[in-house]
Amino acid sequence: MPGKLKAKIVAGRHLPVMDRASDLTDAFVEVKFGNTTFKTDVYPKSLNPQWNSEWFKFEVDDEDLQDEPLQITVLDHDTYSANDAIGKVYIDIDPLLSSEAATVISGWFPIYDTIHGIRGEINVLVKVELFNDLNRFRQSSCGVKFFCTTSIPRCYRAVMVHGFVEELVVNEDPEYQWIDRIRTPRASNEARQRLISLMSGELQRKIGLKVLEMGGNAVVGYLQCFDLEGESGLVVRAIGTACTLDKLSNTYTPATAINPCNSSPSKDIKEAGFGEEAPGVPLSSGPPTPLRAQTFSSFSPSKSYSRQSSSSDTELSLTPKTGMGSGGSAGKEAGPLKALLRQQTQTALEQREFPFFTLTSFPPGFLLHVGGVVSARSVKLLDRIHNPDEPETRDAWWEEIRQEIKSHAKALGCHAVVGYSESTSICEEVCILSASGTAAILSSRFMQDIFIVLCLCVRFEDLMSPGCAFCHIPYDELNMPFPAQLTYCHCCRRYKVPDVLFTTIDLPTEANVTGKGCLIQARLCRTKKKAQGEGNATAISNLLPFLEYELHTQLMNKLKLRSMNALFGLRIQISVGENMLLGLASATGVYLTALPSPGGIQIAGKTPSDITYEQHISNMQKKINDTIAKNKELYEINPPDLVEEVIGSPIPEPRQRSRLFRSHSESSDEVSELDLSHGKKDAFVLEIDDTDAVEDIHSLLTDAPTPPGFYSCNTEIMPGIYNWTSALQMFTSVRVFRLSNVNLTNQGLNKVFNDLCENLLKSLYFKLRSMVPCCLCHVNFTVAVPEDELIQVRTPSTASITENEDQLQFPLELSAESSSNPLNSAKGKLSLFPFALLALFTLKTQDTPSVDYSSFTDRCSSWIEQLRLKAHTIRCGSIKTMSSLEKASPLPEGRSRSLRSNRSYAGSSVTVVKMTPLSFIPGTKIIKYLGIINMFFIRETTSLREEGGVSGFLHSFIAEVFAMVRAHVAALGGNAVVSYNMKECVFMENPNKNQAQCLINVSGDAVIFVRESELEATPPQPHSASAQTSSSGEGT
Amino acid sequence: MSVELDVFVGNTTIMDKEVYQLWLNGYTVNDAVKVRIEGGVMEECEASAEVLLSDTMDQFRTFQMCERLLQNPAKLANQLLFQIPPDRQAMLIERYYAFDDDVVREVLGKKLSKGTKKDLDDVSAKTGITLKSCRRQFDNFKRVFKVVEELKGPLVENIKQHFLLPDQLARDYAAIVFFANNRFETGKKKLQYLTFQDFAFCAGQLINNWTVGAVDNMVEDMDVDLDKEFLQDLKDLKILITDKDLLDQHKSLVCVALRGKTKVFNEMEANFKNLSRGLVNIAAKLTNTKDVRDFFIDLVEKFIEPCKSDKWTATDVNLYLTHYTNSAHILDTFKHQNVWTRYMGVIKSCILRMYHE
Repeated sequence: MPGKLKAKIVAGRHLPVMDRASDLTDAFVEVKFGNTTFKTDVYPKSLNPQWNSEWFKFEVDDEDLQDEPLQITVLDHDTYSANDAIGKVYIDIDPLLSSEAATVISGWFPIYDTIHGIRGEINVLVKVELFNDLNRFRQSSCGVKFFCTTSIPRCYRAVMVHGFVEELVVNEDPEYQWIDRIRTPRASNEARQRLISLMSGELQRKIGLKVLEMGGNAVVGYLQCFDLEGESGLVVRAIGTACTLDKLSNTYTPATAINPCNSSPSKDIKEAGFGEEAPGVPLSSGPPTPLRAQTFSSFSPSKSYSRQSSSSDTELSLTPKTGMGSGGSAGKEAGPLKALLRQQTQTALEQREFPFFTLTSFPPGFLLHVGGVVSARSVKLLDRIHNPDEPETRDAWWEEIRQEIKSHAKALGCHAVVGYSESTSICEEVCILSASGTAAILSSRFMQDIFIVLCLCVRFEDLMSPGCAFCHIPYDELNMPFPAQLTYCHCCRRYKVPDVLFTTIDLPTEANVTGKGCLIQARLCRTKKKAQGEGNATAISNLLPFLEYELHTQLMNKLKLRSMNALFGLRIQISVGENMLLGLASATGVYLTALPSPGGIQIAGKTPSDITYEQHISNMQKKINDTIAKNKELYEINPPDLVEEVIGSPIPEPRQRSRLFRSHSESSDEVSELDLSHGKKDAFVLEIDDTDAVEDIHSLLTDAPTPPGFYSCNTEIMPGIYNWTSALQMFTSVRVFRLSNVNLTNQGLNKVFNDLCENLLKSLYFKLRSMVPCCLCHVNFTVAVPEDELIQVRTPSTASITENEDQLQFPLELSAESSSNPLNSAKGKLSLFPFALLALFTLKTQDTPSVDYSSFTDRCSSWIEQLRLKAHTIRCGSIKTMSSLEKASPLPEGRSRSLRSNRSYAGSSVTVVKMTPLSFIPGTKIIKYLGIINMFFIRETTSLREEGGVSGFLHSFIAEVFAMVRAHVAALGGNAVVSYNMKECVFMENPNKNQAQCLINVSGDAVIFVRESELEATPPQPHSASAQTSSSGEGT
Repeated sequence: MSVELDVFVGNTTIMDKEVYQLWLNGYTVNDAVKVRIEGGVMEECEASAEVLLSDTMDQFRTFQMCERLLQNPAKLANQLLFQIPPDRQAMLIERYYAFDDDVVREVLGKKLSKGTKKDLDDVSAKTGITLKSCRRQFDNFKRVFKVVEELKGPLVENIKQHFLLPDQLARDYAAIVFFANNRFETGKKKLQYLTFQDFAFCAGQLINNWTVGAVDNMVEDMDVDLDKEFLQDLKDLKILITDKDLLDQHKSLVCVALRGKTKVFNEMEANFKNLSRGLVNIAAKLTNTKDVRDFFIDLVEKFIEPCKSDKWTATDVNLYLTHYTNSAHILDTFKHQNVWTRYMGVIKSCILRMYHE
C-alpha cells in the first residue's frame, strides 16, 4: 500500500442550468480513482454549489498512482430519472509523485463534457502521501521527472546523459469496439479519453523504470505520440533521453551524487566486446537494411513482418563507404588527443543500443561535430493488433527504422544522433513511419566518468575555436560518404567544413552567425492514384524518394536564394492521403560564419539559340540575383569576403556560383543516391522548357518576404537577434482547404499547397501586426490530408515574441536614468526610441493593469508608424557594434524592467498562465518545474451549424483546451507552460449529419517563472534562498 | 479551392479594437471587411483581402463567443475560457455597453418590452444604425433594468457593481433605467428637440433629489422610484397659487428683485401668475402616475414655451427661477420651505438644461 491519495471537493461555480423548471441545478460529485468511488452530498438548487466535502482517501499502489488519473464527475441529481452528467475533470496526479515537483493540486478546473464543452468550474484539492518503496522488483517508477523540453531544463544541471529510452503500448481503440454500436457518443468518447490517459500513464511508468535501470533520474525531451490506427488499434509510443539531473540550487557537488549510478547496467555487458569494431555490428545485424547515409523509405509489402525488397536500388554506391563509419575518427589535422577522445566517446556510445538523443540543444562542450541530417522512412500496412500485451510488431517496425538511422549516422562518421524524433502518418491501412535526427559526434563528458574526461575535454576544447567546432566535418576527408565541397573553416582555418550544413537541432549558442536567420519552408504536393492495400503501399514508397529529393532541392535553392549556408531545426513532414502525398519541410536558415559563402543560383536554357528565349532566361536570372541581393540586405548578411581573398584559403574557392540543381553542394544528408540519379541527367543545366523547372523557379520567387518588423524561425531562438522582451503570445491556427478540382495536376496541387502555406503565414503576420517588432518562433506547420480533397494545415504552437530592435540605444539611455520616476523618464524617451518603448509598454500591460493601456498603444503604434524610417536608419547604423554589445543587452534590459516592476495581478481572480512552445521565457528565470502536462481531449457535436459551423466548433474547442491546460498549471501552482506542443489535432466532420468530432493532444512542462528583474531586485543571496523567496512570492 | 475551416486561437485572446467596434456596430463580416479595406489597413500591412476576411471572421467569432460573458461582466473576470488582460476586459465591457444617443433617445421612457423591441427596425431606419446594433443596445438596457430594478441601494452604484461600467456610463444607464421605470413621456413632438444627455441630466437630478435614497442614505430603499411622501407633500405647495395674498406678495418680491436686471421684465411681470401656477400645478399633480409621465411635457408647455415666446434668454430664466425660489422663503405665511427647496432645486436645473436658445 505505498500511497494514499486524498481529494477534497470544495465548490463549483457557473454550473449550467440542468433543471429547466427552476433554472437551477442539484449538483453532486463523484470522485473515482481506480475502482473506488466516493460521492459528495447533493447541493440542491444552486449554480454555485459549496460542497466543502470531507477528504476522500484512496489507498493505492504507486503503480496505479502513475497509471490512473483521478476522475471527477459532476452530476445533476434527479429523483425520478437517472442522474444527468454535467461533465468531468481528469486530473493527472503524476506531478505529485515527484518530491521536487508540485506538492498539492488546488484550484478551479473547467468541468468538461465531450458533447457540450466546458460547463462551469469545480474547485478541487488533491494531495498524495507516498511511502517509499525500495523493492528492487517494483513496477512503479515514481519520482522520475519528465520534461518535454528538448534541452537540459533551465534550473537543472546535467550530470549524466544516459541516452535513448523508448516504449510503446498498444490497445484496441474503444471507438472501434463492437460495444460502440450501442453506447452513446459521450460514453464512447469518455472511454477513449480514459483509455488514452491510462495508456500514457502506463507508458510513462514503463519509461521511468527503464530510466531507473539506467541509473538516471529524469527524462528530457520526452515525446509521446499516439497513432490512431483505426480498426487495427491504438498505439501510444514515447521516446526520450534519460539523464541524471542535478538541481542547480542544491549545494552538494555532483560527483558524490552520481558516481554510484554511473555504471550503465545490462547493455554494457552485452555489447562491451565490440569496442572499436562496433561499426561492423549494424551491418551484420541487418543485411537487408542497407546502409545509406540518407533518407529513403524501406517498404515492406507484406503485412506486419517487413520483407525488405524493393527500393534498395542505389545502395551499391555506398557500400564502399561503410568502412569509414566510425573509423573516420581521426582526420589528418586531428591530433592524437582528438583521436583518443573520440575513441573513448565512441566506446561509450556504442555500448548503447541506440546512441540517440531527443535533445536539440546541449550543454556547452557536449556537441563536438555535426555530420548532417539522417532520416529513414518506412511504409507499412496496418493490421489488427491481436494481443495488446504483445506490441512486438510495432516495436519491430521502429527497431528497424532506428537501426537504419544508426547506420546512416555511422556512414557520416558519427557515433550519435541528436535532435532525434519519430512520427507517423496514417491513411486507411497504410502507415508511413518516419524518424530523423542529426548525426553528430558528442563529447564523452556527460557520458563517461567525468573526472577522467573533464580535464581532457578542457584541453580538447582549447584546440578548437568553440564557435565553429561543431561545423567541422566528422567524416574522413578522403573517404567522404558523399561528394561535397570541403573548405577550410572560415573561422579557425584549421579544419575542413562542408559548404552547406543541414541539422535538426537548434543553433548551438556558441555558434558564430553572420546576420539574421529566417524561416525556410519547402512545400510539395504529389498526386497519387487511389489504391488499396499493398498496391497503395508500393505506390507510396515509390513516390517517397522523389518527394524527398524535391523537398531537399527546394530547401537548398531557397537557402541559396537567401544567401545562407545552414539549416537548423529541419523538420520534414510527409503526410499521406488517399490520392496525394504532401511534403512540408520547415527549417531555420542561417549564415554560419564558419562555412563558406554560398554561391548564387544560375539558370541556363536548354536551347540557347532562340533570342527571346535567352532574354527570358536572363530576365529570370536577373530577378534571382536581385532577390539574393535584397535578401542579403534584409538578413544583414555581410560576410567578410574581402578579407578572405587576401588571406587566401589553402583550398581554392570552388566556383563562385553554383548552379541550380547541381548537387555539389549537397554535403549534408540527401545525397549519394540522389546524386546517382542525377548523374544520369545533365545536372548542370536547368531545363527551362520543363514546366516543372519553371514551376520551381516560380515557387522560389513567389515566397513573399516577411513584412518589416517581423522575423520568423522554427527554432527556439532566432539567430542573430538577442534582445527579447518577455512579452509572448502563443497561438494555434488551423486551416482546412477543400480542393474543388480533384483532378489537379502535380503543378496545380503544388501551387495550391504553396499558396495555402503562404496565406497562412501572411495571415499570421497580419494578426500580429500590433506586436511589431516581433519574431515568430517555433513556427511548425503540421499538414494532414484528412479526406480525399481536404488539406489541413496547422501551426500547432507558435510563439511570437516582441523584441525591441534598437536595444543598443535603449539600455544605454535607460541605465543613465535615475530610477526615481520611471514612468516619466520612459515617456520622455518615447519620441526618440519608439521600439524601446514598445518593450516597456508590453511590460506595462502585464505589470500594471490599471494604466490606460489602450490609448498608450495607439500612441505607440502611431509613433512607430511615423518613426519607422528613422528607426531603420538607426538600426543600420548600429550593426557594426551589435556583435560586441549584444551579450550585454539582456542585463540592462532587465534592469529597465525592474524600474517598473510593481507587479500586481490584483485585477483578476484568475492566475495568468503563459504558454509557449519555447523551452524558456525570455527575460525570466524558471525557478521550478512542476511536472509534465500531457492531456488528451475529445469533443464531439451533433449540432455543428448551431455552434458556428466547423470553424466555430474548432475555435471553441481549442479555446477550451487552452483553458484546461491553464487551469491545470495554475492548480499545480505554476504560471507558465513551456515546451508546449499540440501534438495531435484530428478533425472529422459530417456536415450532412450536422456532426463533427475533434481530438486534441497537448503536452508541455508546467513551470514557475519569475522575471529576471525581480530576481535582481532581491539582494544577492545564496541561490536556493532566492529561489524560495521568489517562488513564494509567485504563489500569491 | 475553398477554405473549409479557418481558426486562429491565441493563449491570450487577441482582439482588434477597430474590428470590435465594427462588430458592435452590427456589420456583417463582408461589410466589415469593406470598411477595413477603405480604412487602408491593406496598404499599411501589405495584406490581401483574403487575409482581411479571414482575420475579420476569426475576430467576429471570438466576439460572439465572448458575448455570453459580456452579458454578465462579473463573470468575465473569473471565467477560464478566455485569457484577457484586465485592461482589455474593461475595454470590452465598456464598449459593449456603450450606446448611441440617437437610439436610446427613441426608446427612452418606453416600456422595455418585446413590443418595443419589435419597433426597433423603425428606430434602425430612422437613426441609420444597424438593427443588430439597436437590438444589442436595447437588450443591454433591458438587462441592466432587470438586474437593478429590484435591488436596494444607490442605483448608479448598483449598476457599476454589477456591470463593471465606468462612472459616466453607469450614470447614463441609471437615467435609462429611471426613465423606463417611471415611463416618462419623451416621444412627443414638443420634446423632440431634447437630446438624451438633456434627459440624462434631468434624471440625475431627480434620482439625486426626489427619490427615497436621496434624503436618507440609510434607508434601504430603491433609487428607481420617486419618494411617495415627498410627492404627497408637494400638494401643500398649492397654497402659493390658491392664496391670493401669497401669490401677490410672491410676485411683488420677485419683481422688486428683478427690476432693471432683465430686458424681459414687463413680459415677466405680466406672465408671473401663469408661470407660477404652471410650476405649482405640476408639483401638485405629481401624485398621479399619469402626471409623473407627463412631467417633462408639462415643464415644456407650462414654462419653457411661454418664456420662449417672450424671447427670454437662459440668463433671464436663471435669474427668474433663482428669485422665484428664494422669494418664497421670505413669505412668512408659507410654511413648506423644505419641500419647496427640494422641489424647486430640481425644477430649476431641469428647466435650465432643457431651455435651448
